[in-house]
Amino acid sequence: MTDLTSAAPLLEVEDLRVHFHTPRGAVEAVRGLSFTLGRERLGIVGESGSGKSQTGRAILGLTAGNGRITAKTLRFQGQDLLSLSPKQWRAVRGARMSMIMQDPKYSLNPVMTVGDQIVEAYRQHHRVSAAEARLRALAMLARVKIRDPERVFATYPHEVSGGMGQRIMIAMMLIPEPDLIIADEPTSALDVTVRLQVLAILDDLVRERGMALIFISHDLPLVSSFCDRILVMYKGRVVEDLKASELHAARHPYTQGLLGCLPKLDQRQETLPVLRRDPRWEHGTLEEVTR
Amino acid sequence: MSGAVLQAVPGTGIDVSGLNVWFGDHQVLHGVSFSVPEGGALGLVGESGSGKSTVLRALCGLVDQWSGALRIDGAELGKTRSRGFYRVVQMVFQDPFASLHPRHTIDRTLSEPAQVHGLDRVEERVVTALEQVGLDRSFRFRFPHQLSGGQRQRVAIARALMLEPRVLLLDEPTSALDVSIQAEVLNLLKGLQRDLGLTTLMVSHDLAVVSHMCDAVAIMNRGRILETIAAEDLAAGRVDHPYSRQLLRASSGFDRAVIDSFVDWE
Ligand SMILES: Nc1ncnc2c1ncn2[C@@H]1O[C@H](COP(=O)(O)OP(=O)(O)O)[C@@H](O)[C@H]1O
Ligand SMILES: Nc1ncnc2c1ncn2[C@@H]1O[C@H](COP(=O)(O)OP(=O)(O)O)[C@@H](O)[C@H]1O
Ligand SMILES: [Mg+2]
Ligand SMILES: [Mg+2]
Repeated sequence: MTDLTSAAPLLEVEDLRVHFHTPRGAVEAVRGLSFTLGRERLGIVGESGSGKSQTGRAILGLTAGNGRITAKTLRFQGQDLLSLSPKQWRAVRGARMSMIMQDPKYSLNPVMTVGDQIVEAYRQHHRVSAAEARLRALAMLARVKIRDPERVFATYPHEVSGGMGQRIMIAMMLIPEPDLIIADEPTSALDVTVRLQVLAILDDLVRERGMALIFISHDLPLVSSFCDRILVMYKGRVVEDLKASELHAARHPYTQGLLGCLPKLDQRQETLPVLRRDPRWEHGTLEEVTR
Repeated sequence: MSGAVLQAVPGTGIDVSGLNVWFGDHQVLHGVSFSVPEGGALGLVGESGSGKSTVLRALCGLVDQWSGALRIDGAELGKTRSRGFYRVVQMVFQDPFASLHPRHTIDRTLSEPAQVHGLDRVEERVVTALEQVGLDRSFRFRFPHQLSGGQRQRVAIARALMLEPRVLLLDEPTSALDVSIQAEVLNLLKGLQRDLGLTTLMVSHDLAVVSHMCDAVAIMNRGRILETIAAEDLAAGRVDHPYSRQLLRASSGFDRAVIDSFVDWE
């Protein structure tokens, strides 16, 4: 793996922009996003359409064909992602960084057993015998708290529940031991207890392997309880960047509004506050919108 | 225990007693009982597959194999629902995209139920229903794809209101919406509940949403109601069943100690 001095960030993003060409004109999905990422859990939150997924996809080089990416800097472990050849991408994507999607149904191959898929994911990046890859895959299934790995190894994706499918996805993405995982709403389709159990597995892996995690979600309270730092996105821009533990002290009226409009279990109110959008949020700095 | 928190006056509201439902050999509801007084609101909460939607579908006559007694305003429901049933009971579903016809204008979507039921002053009713959900007249001749998710859900609610029902069955009406839009739709529903005196049965997987909207919440697990809790008790954390306690603790975010204490209820 790339040798890292502890001071160098894992990922550097400066002025990232993603434009799409559509028959109706240009769509600016991401407008000048900047952040650096160390070995931490970074949450990206915002409403649907705010550009969270497109940010993740741009980092992984997965932007759709009608999209164009520009950035002053887009560097991962010191390597410029904007100038990678397809061959170089293959050595990065899946091996050193990978993505967990919301719905395992679209990411798992329906006609291949779970075990074979995990084995394949491993052997794409490691030259080992089939027998050793199998042992690795079983260990990884156990690692994501699957109780009977041997049995699950031989099942097909449609035979497992949503929570189990998501654990399998995580096993598949983690087995090559990437340094960065981008998880795009990985638990939004799951029931609340299963969701937390899946997050606990990710949490263990981040701690034990020193992996970095970008956790994309629309669930602000969940992100603040799980991540170290939060980027709040609004219409393609980061409008606030804060420590998760300081969410209650958020300054941007959009962040405050998103928190305020949630019904609270321990606090009964007749009417919920609604979000009053200010046109200044689209371009203004935090200082400008709080003035 | 269930049903004790909210008590309907006999002959009014919703009364479900000993409801069993089967799909083939698979029994998915086991003796579900509860009642909602006229003008009251009950929430049904539970994980996916626990049977929440099936309760609503049984009330609407959309399941074939069931036993038990279902009463609306004291009248026992049989195997099929009459046209008159839908003048009293209306349902709103989770996905406003799937529930609106993509090639019908909003005007047509709203007019149709009134025409089917032979009501007069259809145009006036359409305008009133749109006003009730906070949409102006300019929306009448738009199509669903020209509306945002929140606007589509308002249209679905307006359609339910066209027949001036007394009972509203809501199945995850805001689960597909952003929280800012959810707040607007919940405020709208709560206002309608209050102003029109609607009797409401609301299904959700979100404890905070149902306890905000309802007087009491029934906790469902694997086709059974475990307990029914008054909203104030839920807010204060006063629950009896260990499963309810687990759901409640899980609703407060990521906490390793809490997660490690989870028991599998399958
Ligand atoms: N292939 C595409 N062509 C045109 N617009 C797109 C394309 N993909 C995404 N977009 C637009 O980019 C914006 C951001 O989308 P996305 O990143 O998916 O939002 P989020 O994940 O925050 O919900 C949206 O307005 C979306 O419609
Ligand atoms: N049409 C159907 N045919 C067979 N099984 C069904 C059907 N509808 C629901 N079920 C089953 O009934 C159970 C309860 O489902 P449902 O009421 O949809 O749960 P919830 O709304 O709480 O998620 C589930 O096990 C589900 O798979
Ligand atoms: Mg997205
Ligand atoms: Mg349901």
